[in-house]
Amino acid sequence: MDPVVHLNSTVALAGRFPALAGVDLSVQPGEIVWLRGPNGAGKTTLLRLCAGLVPVAKGEARVLGVDLRTDRRSIRTRVGLLGHASGLYDELSVAENVRFWARCCGADPHEAEAAMERVDLAPRLRDLPVDRLSSGQRRRASLAAMLVRRPRLWLLDEPHAGLDSDARELVDRLMVEASEVGVTTLFASHELDRAAEVALRQVVIAGGVVVEDRSMREEAR
Amino acid sequence: MIRDALVIAGKDLRLEARSKVAVSQVLPFVLAVVLLFGFALDGESQVLQRVASGLFWATVLFAAVLVVQRSAAVERADGVTDALRMTALHPGGIFLGKVVSLLAQLLVVDVTLGLAMVVLYDVALSGVLLLTTCALLGSVAVAAAGALYGPLVAGARHRDTLLPLLMLPVLAPVLLAGARGFEIALGRGVGGGWQWAGMLGIVAGVYLALGIAVWGPLLEDT
Repeated sequence: MDPVVHLNSTVALAGRFPALAGVDLSVQPGEIVWLRGPNGAGKTTLLRLCAGLVPVAKGEARVLGVDLRTDRRSIRTRVGLLGHASGLYDELSVAENVRFWARCCGADPHEAEAAMERVDLAPRLRDLPVDRLSSGQRRRASLAAMLVRRPRLWLLDEPHAGLDSDARELVDRLMVEASEVGVTTLFASHELDRAAEVALRQVVIAGGVVVEDRSMREEAR
Repeated sequence: MIRDALVIAGKDLRLEARSKVAVSQVLPFVLAVVLLFGFALDGESQVLQRVASGLFWATVLFAAVLVVQRSAAVERADGVTDALRMTALHPGGIFLGKVVSLLAQLLVVDVTLGLAMVVLYDVALSGVLLLTTCALLGSVAVAAAGALYGPLVAGARHRDTLLPLLMLPVLAPVLLAGARGFEIALGRGVGGGWQWAGMLGIVAGVYLALGIAVWGPLLEDT
C-alpha cells in the first residue's frame, strides 16, 4: 500500500533556519501518529509541510501521492489542518463559518450541519458569532470547519489544548473513527496521557529530525 | 473564478453588515470632511462648488484607505490567511471578490458624499451620465488598487500607516482623471469629459489585471 506521507531526508526552512533538518517518515493509511518533542523541535513545521503550506527546501516529500516539491498547492484541499489559530471569522456565526469553508473547498454546504453535529456543537451555539464562544467551543467550531472538507489526512497541532475532558474525549473518538475508515492522522501534542491513549504510533522529533519512531501497540503490550 | 469571487464578496459583505464599520465610521468620516471644508472655506458656495470635484475624489481616496484597512484586517485575523490558502479558490477569484465588496462599500460612500455636496455646497447636478460613469470606473480603480495593496502590506510592521503611504500615490491618476471628468460634467471644465472617463477605465483595467495576476504569489507570501 502506498504511504499517505512519505518524507525522505526532507529539509524545510523557517526563514534561514532549518526547522526540519532531514526528516525520514513514512505513514500508512489509517495510522494515528503522535508527534512528540520539545518546543521548537519542528513538529508544527512538519504538519504545515504536509499541508503544503511550507515549501520543501531539500529531500523528498510526497503526501497522498502528490510530490510536494513540484505541486504543493493541489494537496491543500485534500488534507485538513487544525493549527493553533482558529481559522474562523470572528463576526460570522459558527454555522456561517462552516458553510463558508465548505463552499471554499468545493464541499456541499449542507454538510455543515452534520459536521457541527459530529463535534457535538450545541444547536444554540451554532448561530452565535465566533467571538462570543469560549476557547473550547471555538476549537470545536474549527474542527467542524475542518471535517466539512472531508480530508483524507488530518494534521492536528495540539488538538487537546484548551479543551475540557469531554471535548478531549471527543477529539480522540473522532481520530479513532476516522482511522477505522482509512483516514490518517498526524497530531502534535504535549498531553502525554491523552496522546498515548489514542495514538497507534509515536514519533519523537528533536532538532528537526526524527530521533525515535515506535509503535504504541507494542509499547502497550 | 466568478463563482469564487461571489463566495468571497458574499462573505465580506456579510462581515460588513455585522460590523457596520462603513456605516458607523466611514460615512461619518466622509460627512465630517465635507462639513470641515465648508467651515474652512467660510461656507462660500462659489468656492466650494469650484473645489467640489477635487474634494470629492480626495475624500473618496481617504475613505478608501479606511475601508481597505478593514478589509485586509479581516483576512489577517486568527489564522484565516492559512485557511484561505488551504482552499480550492482561485487566487484571482479571491481578489475579484475583495474588489466587489470594496466597490459596493465605495459606491455607498460616493452616493453619500455626492448627496452631501449637493445639499451643503449647493452643487447643481448636470452631466449625470458622465458623472455616474466616472464615479463607477474611478471606484473600480480604487477598489482594485485597494484589494491589491491590502495584502501587500498585511505582513509589514506599521502596516496601518504604510497602507496610505503606498496606496495614495498610485491612485493619483484616479484623483486627476476623476476630478477633471467631474468638472466637465458639472460644466466647470473644458475639453472632452469622456476622455477622462476612458482614462479611469484604463487605470481600473490595469489594476484589475495586475491583481488577478499577482494575488496568488501575494497570498503565499503574506
